[in-house]
Amino acid sequence: MSQPLLSLRGISKSYGAIRANQEIDLDVAPRSIHAILGENGAGKSTLMKLIYGVEQPDDGTAAWKGEPLSLASPAEARHRGIGMVFQHFSLFETLTVVENIQLVVPGRKAELTKRIRTLGRDFGLEVDPFAHVHALSVGERQRVEIIRCLMTNPKLLILDEPTSVLPPQLVNKLFDTLRRLRDGGVSILFISHKLEEIRAICDRATILRGGRVTGNVDPREHDAHDLARMMIGRDMPEPIPALPLSGGERRLEIIGLDYTPDDPFAVPLSSISLTVRASEILGIAGISGNGQSELSALISGETVLKREQADRIFMMGRDVGTLDPAARRELGFAFVPEDRLGRGAVPEMSLLLNSLLTAHPLKLLKHGLINRARAAAFTNDCIRQYDVRTRGPDAEAGSLSGGNLQKFIVGREIMLAPKLLFVAQPTWGVDVGAASAIRQRLIALRNAGMAILVISEELEELFELSDFIQVLHHGTLSPPLLAVNTKPEEIGRYMIGAEPAGEKASA
Amino acid sequence: MNAIQFILAGMLAAATPFLLAALGELVVERAGVLNLGVEGLMALGAVIAFIIVYHGGGHLIGFVAAGICSALLSLVFAIIALVFRANQVAAGLAIGILGQGLSALFGKSYESLTVKGLPRLALPWFSELPIIGGLFTQDIVVWFSLAGTLAIWAIFTFTKTGLVIRAVGENPKAAHAIGYPVILVRTAAVAFGGMMAGFAGAYAAVVYTPLWADGMIAGRGWIAIALVVFGTWLTGRIFLGACLFGAVSLMGPAAQATGMDVPSQLLSSLPYLVTIIVLGIISADRRLLKLNGVASLGEPFER
Repeated sequence: MSQPLLSLRGISKSYGAIRANQEIDLDVAPRSIHAILGENGAGKSTLMKLIYGVEQPDDGTAAWKGEPLSLASPAEARHRGIGMVFQHFSLFETLTVVENIQLVVPGRKAELTKRIRTLGRDFGLEVDPFAHVHALSVGERQRVEIIRCLMTNPKLLILDEPTSVLPPQLVNKLFDTLRRLRDGGVSILFISHKLEEIRAICDRATILRGGRVTGNVDPREHDAHDLARMMIGRDMPEPIPALPLSGGERRLEIIGLDYTPDDPFAVPLSSISLTVRASEILGIAGISGNGQSELSALISGETVLKREQADRIFMMGRDVGTLDPAARRELGFAFVPEDRLGRGAVPEMSLLLNSLLTAHPLKLLKHGLINRARAAAFTNDCIRQYDVRTRGPDAEAGSLSGGNLQKFIVGREIMLAPKLLFVAQPTWGVDVGAASAIRQRLIALRNAGMAILVISEELEELFELSDFIQVLHHGTLSPPLLAVNTKPEEIGRYMIGAEPAGEKASA
Repeated sequence: MNAIQFILAGMLAAATPFLLAALGELVVERAGVLNLGVEGLMALGAVIAFIIVYHGGGHLIGFVAAGICSALLSLVFAIIALVFRANQVAAGLAIGILGQGLSALFGKSYESLTVKGLPRLALPWFSELPIIGGLFTQDIVVWFSLAGTLAIWAIFTFTKTGLVIRAVGENPKAAHAIGYPVILVRTAAVAFGGMMAGFAGAYAAVVYTPLWADGMIAGRGWIAIALVVFGTWLTGRIFLGACLFGAVSLMGPAAQATGMDVPSQLLSSLPYLVTIIVLGIISADRRLLKLNGVASLGEPFER
C-alpha cells in the first residue's frame, strides 16, 4: 500500500467514566472508500468528531500524508482538506442553499450559484441554489451538505450514516456519486452499521466494538455473517416468524384526517386514513420529517383536535379526537414516543418515579399516595424482564444509556397490558441484541392479540415486524401494503413520492 | 402648526433613542443572545455624554465616550452570560440595574443642569413641502440613525457578516461545526448592542432633552427590547415601530399645545399601553414569530 492519506495511532477519548475510543489505529488509503463499521455506541461518531477537530483526543497521534497532524478545530481540518457530512445536518434552515454554502466557501453569490449547478450536474447532486433549506426534503439537504463539502476541494470526505435518511433508490444514486468522487481522487470515510451497504461500496472496513478496533478487513471478501460477528461479538439472532392471524376487532381507526399545524416548519397532514386491528402490526415507513411527529402527537393525544374536527380518530370504537392523553390511556392505549428524554421519561427522576408516570393505574397508589413497595416491585420486574442495565430502581433515568432507557420505557408500556400499543422508533439507538429482543417481544404480543402501531425509519425492521406497511410522504399516507407481498423498492417509490407502478423514480 | 404637523416634525427625533437601542438589541438577539440590560446601558451612556458635554467636551466626544462606556459594561454581561454561561435573563437584569445605579452615582452633582442641544439641518426643497416638510428638518444624529438603519438592513440582507450572525443565532452547534467562533461572534454582537444603547442614551440626554435628571431614560430601554419582538426581528419593521412610539410619545405635548382636554397621565402612559397591545397582537400570530424568530435565543452555547 502506498503512503496512507490519514493515519491514526493509539487514539483514545473518554467522556467521564465512558471510554468512547480506546487505542484506535486507522489507516485511510488515497482514493479509497473506507468503512467504519460498528453498532450504535461503538464509538464511530466520536472517532469522526476527533478526526474533524470538533473534539480533541485525550491521547494518541495522527498523521496526514505522513506529516504529524494536530486537529484543534473544524476550520483547521477543512484547511487541510478534510470535509464532513453530518448525520444530523449542520444546515441553517432559515437560510437559502447558496447562503448556507457561502458560510463555508469564499466567493460571490453569483459565482457560487454557478459552481453549485456545475457540481450538481457532474456528480448527480441537483438542488435549487435559491431554495430555503427548511423547504427541502431530507435527501436534498444531504446533497446540499455534500456539495458544501465538495466546494472546499477536500482530499478526505467523512460521511456519518449517510444512508440512514435515504430511500433505497436514492441510496444507489448516492453510491454512484461516491464512486465518481473516489475516481476523481477523493478518499471517503463511510460510517455505517448496515453490512450489505458496506459490502456494496467500500474497499476497506475498520470494525469497532465497545470503543476498540476489532477488525480491519476487505469487506468484499467476507459475508455479512462474518462482519456481524466482528461487529457484535456473536452471531446475529434469527428473527421469529409471525403467525398468520386473521384480523380481529378494530382498535385504532383514523378516517380522512386533515391537520394543519400552527408551526410553519411543521408538516401539514392531509387525508390520513389507517386501521389497526387486534392481533395485527401496522408499520408506518417513511423518512422522518414527512409528518411522523405531527401524526404521532395526534394519535397520542399530545395534539388535540378542535371540536368541529372530531370523529376522525377512534380507539376501541370510541371517538378520541378531542380527548387528552390520560383519557386515551384509560381506554387501554399505551405509547412509546420517539424521544425518550423529555417525552418518554423525565431524566432527573428515578426509574421508580418514571414507572409511576404511566403505570400508576396498576395499583401503585394507595389513597392517592405512592405505594413504594409496589412501585419498586413493578420497576424491578421491568428492569429484569427487559434486561435494563442499571444499578436499580433508584437510578436517575438520565443516567441510563439511550438503549437501556428505551428498553425500560418499552417494557413499562408493555407491562400496562394495553389493547393498543403505539411505538415510535422502537429500536433507535438500541444495540443489535436488545433491538431484536424488543422486536421479538412485539411479535409475541401481537400473537397474543394486541394491536400494535409502529413508526420506524428502518425498512428492514418494518418488514420483520409488520403485517401491513403504509408509507408517509409529505403528510400523506399510502394505501396499506401487505408486507409479505411487497418489495422494499415498492416502499421506496412511495417514500420519494413517485407513482407505485411503472413510473420512473424521480426525486 | 396643527397637531399632525407637530407630531410629524418631532416624530423622528423622539423615535431616535428607541431606534438606536432597538437596532443594537436586534443585532444581539439575531446572534442568539438576550440582553435585558438595555435600560441600564442607555442610562450609563446618557450620564457619560451629559458630563462630557457639560464640561465643554463637545457632542462628538460625548457620543463616542458614551458608546465606549456602555460597550464596556455590556462586555461584563458578555463575560458572565457567554463565557461563564450564567442565565442570560438574570445577568442582563443585573447589568441593567448596575448601569442605572452607576448613572445615578455619576449624575448626582449634575441634577437639573442643562446643556445646549444640536442644531437642526434642513434638507433643501423637501423641508419646504407643506404638512410633511417638518420631517426633513432634523439634527445630524437623526440623519445618521436613518443611515444606520439602512446599513444594518443591508448587512443582514447582503453581507457575509450578517449571514454569520444569523447562522450563529439559528444553530450555534452547526455554526461551530463548520468552524465559526460562536462565543466571539456573540460577544462582538453584545458589544455592538451596548455601544448602540450608549448612543441612544447620549441622544436622549444631550440632544433630545438636553437636561440631566436621574431616571430620565424612563423605560425607553424596555420599549426598545419590546420593539425588537414587535418588529419580528426585521429591520424595517423595527424602524416603523420606533416611529410609531416616537409619534405616540408626542401625543401628550401635542394635546397640550392644541389645548385638547385629555388627562396628561393618560397620554404619558400611552407608549406603554401601545407596547402591551401591539405585543399581544403580534404574539397571536405564531407563524410570524416562528419564521423570523431566532431559534437559539437566550440559550447558552456549550461545545
